[in-house]
This record gives sequence, structure tokens and C-alpha cells, in this order.
Amino acid sequence: MSMLSVENLNVWFGRGHDRVNAVQGASFAVDKGESFGLVGESGSGKSTILKAITGLAPTWDGKITVDGQELTQGRVKSFYKTVQMVFQDPYASLHPRHSVDGVLGETLHLHGFRDIDARVVKLLDDVGLGQKFRFRYPHQLSGGQRQRVAIARALAAEPRILLLDEPTSALDVSVQAEILNLLTDLRAEHGLTYVMVSHDLAVVGHMCGRLAVMKDSRIVEVMDVDSLRARRAEHPYSQELLRNSVGA
Amino acid sequence: MTLLDVENLWVKFPTRQGVFDAVRGVSFTLGKERLGIVGESGSGKSMTGRAILRLIRPPGIVEADHIALEGRDLMQISEKEMRGVRGQQISMVMQDPKFSLNPVMTIGDQLVEAYRLAHKSGRSNARQASIAALESVSIRDPERVMRAYPHEMSGGMGQRIMIAMMLIPGPQILIADEPTSALDVSVQRQVLSIMDDLVTSRGMGLIFISHDLNLVADFCDRVLIMYAGRVVEVCDADKLHQATHPYTRGLLNSLPRLDQPRGKLDVLKRDPAWSDAPSVSGRA
Repeated sequence: MSMLSVENLNVWFGRGHDRVNAVQGASFAVDKGESFGLVGESGSGKSTILKAITGLAPTWDGKITVDGQELTQGRVKSFYKTVQMVFQDPYASLHPRHSVDGVLGETLHLHGFRDIDARVVKLLDDVGLGQKFRFRYPHQLSGGQRQRVAIARALAAEPRILLLDEPTSALDVSVQAEILNLLTDLRAEHGLTYVMVSHDLAVVGHMCGRLAVMKDSRIVEVMDVDSLRARRAEHPYSQELLRNSVGA
Repeated sequence: MTLLDVENLWVKFPTRQGVFDAVRGVSFTLGKERLGIVGESGSGKSMTGRAILRLIRPPGIVEADHIALEGRDLMQISEKEMRGVRGQQISMVMQDPKFSLNPVMTIGDQLVEAYRLAHKSGRSNARQASIAALESVSIRDPERVMRAYPHEMSGGMGQRIMIAMMLIPGPQILIADEPTSALDVSVQRQVLSIMDDLVTSRGMGLIFISHDLNLVADFCDRVLIMYAGRVVEVCDADKLHQATHPYTRGLLNSLPRLDQPRGKLDVLKRDPAWSDAPSVSGRA
């Protein structure tokens, strides 16, 4: 059975004349432990799908099923024990006046954990930061280190699905390699399921087993990574995307 | 022909811990070509671009034996004369159009202002020229765009508008600092080819600053690879993938590739010797 399935999902913003249909009729399913990619240009709706799943885009219809449970419009607290999201910009996603300890401690507290101290230590070790970063503030961290903190925060709830919204596009390639390796390790250790949004086909090809190509709010093609590597795309838009990705 | 000749450029920032050298002894020449400068964040590539335009604010210090623009040393001229160089002779396109366009002025007003500053012409004349400039960067419906505000534009359109605005004074050199990093791959191609066409047809020199090795290899003629404020390697762009310096190799190997699946990506191991070695000259 699939860990996450999306059937005929529509997401829109605004109403009347201002209504923008950001996602139309999107359907895909992700198996447990699988890593699924969403690619497409900005405005194609790929991040909006993640937002709808995680409850940040409240105006949607269709069917979203997480671990066998169909989601209603609101999100219950236990949902966030299963699904967590990592955002694109590590500079914007951490509070500038909260230390790493504060960020992780608060998250753990909100999820109802008791042994917060031991868990903060464990989380920092898990993401390869270690103790010496525990009482630092975001401005004392590099971009890669911040993204590690953001990943640690997502892992705090011990989720089973991570939604990754362009997790490395704000980082240097050498740092990107470190973060992607970290994500690969974490998925193997914790048996996580990933849904990863990226505009970089090479990154998606490296991380994901299957991917959906989006254009103008619709999924135009779902393909596996072997077809991607062999550049066997069926839809003309996917073919164009492959041509455009320089050297990938 | 050499448009720009930079010799022994240093950018220094005094800090409490001593002087920090952001750029250390960089030399290069620029002809009518596309020169790429690649490196990671903090390697000094943007500082090099800014130092050429003397855009480093105090307490930052720029030192160079010379920065010669067609024989005229930009290090020697006054701030007032420098204002005639910025935009007029050397233009710069920054990374994110959201921050480089004025959010409370319409696109049209900004273009007209730029045109009138450069050409001392009337309003209606400037308006016609601005519409033509928008057309030259493949913007459909330029009349509507003229009336629009920057937040109504997509990133790709914003960046094309910036390019149009920067080219209005007819500069000899365009410095593009990560002009496409905020854009989608499909739009990236389009913006690059527009920039390429304009630069080539006007016989301009282009300094293209980017962190994206593949993009630079594909788009530029010559590449300087910077690390810790120094140029560690200079090569022809089409031979970038045969680069020999361990830093360049490390960067190339840390990129995931569709045609070479790997379980783990190579992580760059930094060698202190890379930052100690003298800067390689980028003279053509």
C-alpha cells in the first residue's frame, strides 16, 4: 500500500475573477520508503502540491491519503508526527533570534516529547552537526549548516514522510553534495519516504526513483529515473526540460 | 582588442581580527568575449565584479596596480567621473530582479528615467525607446509591461527588464552577477540567449559571474575559477570538464549527473594549499 497518495487534487487561490488554479487534477502515489520527485518550472504548482499536503494551502479538493488515512481540510496534530517539510531557503526558515537549541527544543516540546535534552543531542548528531553547534544562532551558521538544522527540526517529530521543497537550491554545489548525501543516509536509517520538489533534473535523478513532470498546474508525465537517465521522455514538455538542463 | 585590463586586484576588509582579504591579487583581461568567473559563495567572484565598478563601500578597501577601461585607469579617476562610467560604460545585472528594480515605480517610469539619464532626450522619445528595449528582450505586450509594477512580473521577465535597462546607455561591458540563478532552467536558457545576442550584436564584453559550472562551460568563452579570493585556474570554457586543478575537479565531481548514477556524491575535501598558492593570471 502506498504511503502517500494524491488523487485528482485541485488547489486554487483567490476567488471569482482572481481565482488562480495552481494545481489541477494531480494524481500520484508514493510507496513506503520511496523517493518521489516533482519537477517543473516555477509557477507550475509543484511546491503548491507540497503545501496542500502539509496544510499550508487550505483551499483544495480531491483526495489526499497519508498512510491509509484520508485527509480532511484541517490537519490534526498527529498528522505532523507523520509528515514534515523542509523548505527551500535555510536563511528564511530559521528564526534569527532563536538558537539552534531553542528551535529544536521548542519543536520537541510541541510534539510532546519529555527527554528533550537527549533528543536535541541525538538530532544534531543525526544531521552531522554535533554538540558545538547547539547554542549557536542562525547568523553563526553557514547555509549548509542552517539547512542541516532545518532538517533536524523536521526530523524532531520522527516523521515517516519528508516533503523537501528545493532543499539544496540555495546552496553551493559542494554543500549540496553534503546535504544530498545526508538525506540519502537519513532515508536509509529511518526508512523515510521523500517527496522532493526541485527544478534541477540531475538532483532529482540522483535522489528519486520516480518523478512527475509538471507544467501549467498539471502533471504531464510520471516517469521512472531510468527513462530520465536515458532521456526517454514522452511528453514534449518533458523532452524540452531535458534539453534545457545543461550538462545534467 | 582588450576592453578591460585588471592587474593585481585586492579587496580588503579591516576587521577586529585583522584585515580580511576577500580578493587577493586577481589579474585578467577582457576582450569582446564572454568571460566566466566561477566559484563558491565567499570565493570573491562577486567582489571582483563590484571592485571593477568601485562599488565596494568603506571600510572595504580596493587596491590594484590598474583597472584599465580602454586604457583609462579607473583607480585614478574621481568619484564623479566614476559615475559617468557606471551604467554608461560598464553596466551590471545583479542576481535577483526583485531587489534591483524599484518596487514603487512602474517599469515604464524606470526605463524612461534610465533612458533620459543616458541620452538627454524628451519623454515621448524615451518612451518609444523603452518600448523598443523591452521588445529587444522578447517581452510580449511591452505596452502593458510599461504600466506594470515590478511585483507583477515573473522572475524571468524581471531579469529581462533589468537587462533591457542596463543596455539602454549602450555600455561596452556588462557584468552579470548570477543573472539567472533565481530563474527556472527553461527561462534561464531564454535569458542567456537574449543576453548573448545583445552582447554579441553590440560587440560588448561580458563578465559572467556564476556558481554554476555547467552553465558557464556551456555559455562562456573563457573561465576563471576562483577559490578563497584567488584565481586557481583559467581555462577555455569548452575544456572546463578537463580542468586539472583539484578544486575544480572536486566541484565537478560533487555535481550529480544524469548519465552517471552514483549512490553517494563526492564531497569536496579542501586543501589549505589551494588558498596559499599565488593567483593564476587570467590574461588572454
